[in-house]
Amino acid sequence: MSKTIIPLVIFIGLVILLAVGLSRDPRVVPSPLIGKSVPAFELPQLHDPQKTFGTDDLKGQVSLLNVWGSWCVSCRVEHPLLLQVAQQNLIPIYGLNYKDTREDAINWLDQLGDPYSAVAFDAAGEVGIDLGVYGAPETYIIDRNGMIAYKHIGPISGRDWREKFLPVIQQLKNVKS
Amino acid sequence: MMKLPIALPPCSGFILMLLLALNLAQPVYADAQPRSGSETLLEFEDAQTKDRYYSLLEQLRCLVCQNQSLADSDAGLAQDLRRKVHEMLQEGAGDREIIDFMVARYGDFVLYNPPLKTSTVLLWFGPFILAGLGILGLVIYLLRRNEQKAESLLSEERRRRAAELLNKSKT
Repeated sequence: MSKTIIPLVIFIGLVILLAVGLSRDPRVVPSPLIGKSVPAFELPQLHDPQKTFGTDDLKGQVSLLNVWGSWCVSCRVEHPLLLQVAQQNLIPIYGLNYKDTREDAINWLDQLGDPYSAVAFDAAGEVGIDLGVYGAPETYIIDRNGMIAYKHIGPISGRDWREKFLPVIQQLKNVKS
Repeated sequence: MMKLPIALPPCSGFILMLLLALNLAQPVYADAQPRSGSETLLEFEDAQTKDRYYSLLEQLRCLVCQNQSLADSDAGLAQDLRRKVHEMLQEGAGDREIIDFMVARYGDFVLYNPPLKTSTVLLWFGPFILAGLGILGLVIYLLRRNEQKAESLLSEERRRRAAELLNKSKT
């Protein structure tokens, strides 16, 4: 009896182990920055190099910081969702235009629509390194105090938005500052 | 459209569809950033700094192509991080400082040699636990086999009886 059960138990154990292992996305690396303040930065804005956008502008309200570039195909996939969110006036979306050229980025926004309240222009990717960006798009939920509450890697799907973003945003909005 | 010069086996349509389906079923991932042209040749103050640079690159993982170190990878991010390591070395940063800088931003995953923590205990000791279980299993198996062998051997009395029976049949 036990001789037939032991291999079965081992087999089922292995199947569970592999099922869990295979269904995890190895490209998603947990960020050590969650629960910490956004690393201080101050960058020129995309549309107007005279103006700057920095960490101080992120304080005072719950906001999204979206890392994107015109070279990034997945950003295009995600873009309609950002436009929808921007229309709802639920939360300001700030953009970090990452390793791009000003001309390409502005063209991209002209063509596809601009969901961003402001866009910081990070051509060298310096702020990207400080944020631990390793691909685009990446989206951060930032609380009133400028602390990173959540990080999403890759394009946001409708389901991601409903199940991952909205609950966190609601919760942060309910916290009295 | 150009006709394919090779003849496809009859079932290839199905395989092609299967491949397409698999491809479509794949989730969309984040894009790796573009390469910023060719890298400039790096200059070092002395040979020792150069050695430190290369040894650091070997210890750090490129997060875009995860099975390559910063030294091996040709991804845009690896380029940027190599530049950063070089920059920090030039500014006189210590190895520890540079490693800490990377870990603070990209997490322990950036290290090829992860530190011993509660979250990495299984990673460090898992193989030894598995090997221990394997050896234990082997020992139990061998002991049992020896016991069974001993049991199956005929006792002295039974041997005599067998001999008797054999002798009887001869006559």
